[in-house]
Amino acid sequence: MKKFLTISAGLAMMATAAPALAQEVAEVADPSANTAYILNTLLFLLGGFLVMWMAAGFAMLEAGLVRSKNVSMQCLKNIGLYSIAGIMFWFIGYSIAYPGFEGGYFGIADFPYAMQGVGEADVDTGYSVASDWFFQMVFCATTASIVSGTVAERVKVIPFFIFVFVLTGFIYPVIVSWEWGAGWLDAMGFSDFAGSTLVHSTGGWAALAGALIIGPRLGRYVNGKVTVMPGSSIPLATLGTFILWLGWFGFNGASQLAMGTISDISDVSKIFVNTNMAAAGGVVVAIILTQLLYKKIDVTMALNGALAGLVSITAEPLTPSVPQALLIGGIGGAIVVFAVPMLDKLKIDDVVGAIPVHLLAGIWGTLIVPFSNTEVPFTAQLTGVVATGVFVMVMSSIVWFALKYTIGVRPTEEQEMLGMDIAEVGVEAYPEFAKG
Amino acid sequence: MKFIIAIIKPFKLDDVREALTGVGVTGMTVTEVKGFGRQKGQTEVYRGAEYTTNMVPKLKIEVACSSAVAAQAVEAIQTAAGTESIGDGKIFTLGLEDAVRIRTGETGDTAI
Repeated sequence: MKKFLTISAGLAMMATAAPALAQEVAEVADPSANTAYILNTLLFLLGGFLVMWMAAGFAMLEAGLVRSKNVSMQCLKNIGLYSIAGIMFWFIGYSIAYPGFEGGYFGIADFPYAMQGVGEADVDTGYSVASDWFFQMVFCATTASIVSGTVAERVKVIPFFIFVFVLTGFIYPVIVSWEWGAGWLDAMGFSDFAGSTLVHSTGGWAALAGALIIGPRLGRYVNGKVTVMPGSSIPLATLGTFILWLGWFGFNGASQLAMGTISDISDVSKIFVNTNMAAAGGVVVAIILTQLLYKKIDVTMALNGALAGLVSITAEPLTPSVPQALLIGGIGGAIVVFAVPMLDKLKIDDVVGAIPVHLLAGIWGTLIVPFSNTEVPFTAQLTGVVATGVFVMVMSSIVWFALKYTIGVRPTEEQEMLGMDIAEVGVEAYPEFAKG
Repeated sequence: MKFIIAIIKPFKLDDVREALTGVGVTGMTVTEVKGFGRQKGQTEVYRGAEYTTNMVPKLKIEVACSSAVAAQAVEAIQTAAGTESIGDGKIFTLGLEDAVRIRTGETGDTAI
């Protein structure tokens, strides 16, 4: 999702176009430049609303994998975080993510982001800047969605929202500026097409910091044994996974950032295919492995396998062949099957498996980019993974600790046993019993 | 009057209902319950962690009937709910002092 590539592509298209003034849009001499502008913008809008819908996918996946006494809370956190992310990304996030530097570590452009006015269009960029902002914003929201699933069932809603506030207004935008904002990682050749590291690992690291600092759910690990707390609705979790899978075509496909030319729209199409195949590979591997290991197929692992496959292919969904995409996604699925019980051994309570899916598969997907795209140096990939990990872990830990020692992050023991729906939301997800 | 409580396998409900109406029982109450008996729970795996389901899901049926049909009703339940395997459940029969139909105030045998 490197903006500068698109800008140069846009400029090439607009070689004969008039200066970028709203009044002159209609007078662009080259009709193909008009068409390219419209199609590029359309790609952002289509991709943007598909990725927006991923927020619904996360909400349903998480609602299905938490216990029924915490479902309302999970729904509240998801619609809240999506909204906070949008506001913060407009207010300051976008200006940090795209500060207009080259090779820098931190910068900030004017904020809040000056949205285009009525009838305005910046023809030089090759797309509507509002469509670009919208597309970038929904990625920011995705990062925050990842955190809510891991720390579900045991964090109060206000400290969670404050964390989202900082994550979407500062932590995520800084990471984005290093790569998509033409910062130092971009300068050294790091490549992350749609955000295996920038989005998914960032969310995953923030979730890991939260899980470590908040601690496991009450009664989760007792005397060295894992207490299983099964999810409340497998159909909802499955629907959520399918919604995410659908949304991913926007996430990866529209990260081509242009469809004004035949080669661009062809590449978008190839990305769709690879994205689908990686998810399929992740599912099939998770099915085979759970059957071999546990004698029964674990549907929740199959769902996680799909998402791990998708995250794995996100760093480079264009250059792999179909077999390569299957392999990259399949190994993502294997990572989930082995990492979920491993986290339990470490007493890291990850309710929905977001750490294996987004963090570990994200790292895997980023490191494997040179396998299909030989122009990308492995050292740059490794540097990007490590730098993201260090920065996000440190910043997230500071925020979680600050919350823990000020307003507190956990509900009381009694509230947690009662369930967050009654304790904090006041609305039960399934209130029908004895109420007619 | 007798009060019969039967614990059965959930999928046997329709058979039991049919058998009971066949011997003249006119009403029953069914509740989803969990419990254990000689049929121990089983070990399952959820997201890589083993757990034992030590409470097995069953249905609890409650039937109030006249003493005259109680023996037939018990036999009907036993036949209909049986699979000849462990975990088929149990039937308990209790004496029933009185019954009242709320709408009419009728009592005793006429109320059930």
